[in-house]
Amino acid sequence: MFAPYLRDAWIVATLIALAAGCAGYFVVLRGAGFAAHALPMAAFPGAALAGLLGIAQVYGLAAFALAGVAGLTWLKRAQRPDAAAALVLVALLGLGALFLSLSGGYANAVYALLFGQILGVGPADLPPALAIGLGVPALLLACFRPLSYSAIAPDIAAARGLSGAGLDVLFLGLLAVTAAIALPLAGALLVFTLMVGPAAAARQLTPAPLPALGLSMALALLIVWAALALAWLTSLPSGFFVGAGSALVYAAARLWRRVKG
Amino acid sequence: MTLLQPGFLSSLPVQNALLIGAGAALLSGAAGVFTVLRGQSFAGHTLADVSSAGGALAYLLGISPLAGFFGLAVLGALGVEAAGERRAAGRDLAAGIVLGAGMGITALLLYLDVTLKGHGGAAVAVMFGALFAAPPGLGRAVALGALAGLAGLGLIYRPLLLATLDGELARADGVNTKLLGGAYLLLLALAVTLCAMAVGAILSTALLIGPAAAALRLARGPVAAMALAGLLGLGCAWGGIWLAYQSYGWTPGHVWPVSFFITALVLAVYAAAALARRG
Repeated sequence: MFAPYLRDAWIVATLIALAAGCAGYFVVLRGAGFAAHALPMAAFPGAALAGLLGIAQVYGLAAFALAGVAGLTWLKRAQRPDAAAALVLVALLGLGALFLSLSGGYANAVYALLFGQILGVGPADLPPALAIGLGVPALLLACFRPLSYSAIAPDIAAARGLSGAGLDVLFLGLLAVTAAIALPLAGALLVFTLMVGPAAAARQLTPAPLPALGLSMALALLIVWAALALAWLTSLPSGFFVGAGSALVYAAARLWRRVKG
Repeated sequence: MTLLQPGFLSSLPVQNALLIGAGAALLSGAAGVFTVLRGQSFAGHTLADVSSAGGALAYLLGISPLAGFFGLAVLGALGVEAAGERRAAGRDLAAGIVLGAGMGITALLLYLDVTLKGHGGAAVAVMFGALFAAPPGLGRAVALGALAGLAGLGLIYRPLLLATLDGELARADGVNTKLLGGAYLLLLALAVTLCAMAVGAILSTALLIGPAAAALRLARGPVAAMALAGLLGLGCAWGGIWLAYQSYGWTPGHVWPVSFFITALVLAVYAAAALARRG
């Protein structure tokens, strides 16, 4: 399980869990569930295009996820109906299907990108994973107060001169790069679960903000490590364990709260 | 380039694909108008995601994908109905996490399809559709399902429209809105299933709400919108099939995915309708 060829996978998975657990806390706090669902989908064709062009996957993913942020911001400002957002997302998934079909190895690539495949991680993935896995939590912690204020009490935040729109774009941008780095591990359909499951569970367990944030990151680590170990032991897909683990942790947290309260 | 390549209409897979596309487009056009009016796009999307597990299960059990998709979509509809009762805070989060667990199970089933049954293309077929590779009898089954769905929609059309536009008035009029909502969700499950047969589970939202949302911007009156949505959907589905058939020569040895063309056409139709309405 800890063989040298798996070392990169463990490191990258750990960094992903740190970023996803931290970003997920703010997703739950700010009610940004739709963005957390939409950005991995928007990133999906980026991975396929990167494969077609022969560049590293993470750059394609990040480019499309950041374009998704621009799209979301525009849709919000223009107050477009959600039908438009849903159709654009589905068209992006269709575009991803086209890119994958053109680059060959269609069936395997579709499966890996939708549901995750950690064993494909290599040394080339380390630098971007390090930058995002450490940079995203650091930036989010640096902005902890304004991000929390503008979510809980937008009026007070505005009165104190915090620009809600700028913060929102910054937050969505961090969410986008987190989604880009997490997608190969968890898959486009399961990144949302990895972000939201641990964070929602942590908020059930403690009302205090900073402990909840720490707990969210710890639970994300637990889920990702367990998924990696179980995937290696059983040779079943890691995405299954990520999805099941997040749901289990959330259900256990709710049960704990009910028993205690 | 000739408009119809020789053999386009006489090819059996193409006939099958055209029939599936037509059935999916006509029923989802009519049902989609109500989905958009009732603001249930998310419910439709949820049913599609849930039904993908049924599609994967069908390959494992060796039953018809139509039965697998529909079975799980009905289960999903029951779940949506049950969840709709309690409007607790954090319901969306819980729904999302349950859906995530469902997608994890789909991942597991698709993996088993490949390893146990040797269906290498199962993931693509379930998630993105494989119209030209559909089993021969599927076209007829989809057409029958569409007819049954349209008949059911005709049966509940008047009370459903009343309940959609004004729930209070419908209840005062003696309509059992809860039963009606349940019946409508079953029809939605059928429409989602047929769409998933055509373009795959995660793209089915396009065919379900795209033509309907475009038609609602153009047509006056619900019946006209339903008819127009059916026609627009039919145009997108058949246009996509035709384009995919043409694409054989574009890149060496490849047919471009039908689902890509259909979703792109749906987005173009919706954008055109939105622009036409504004201009």
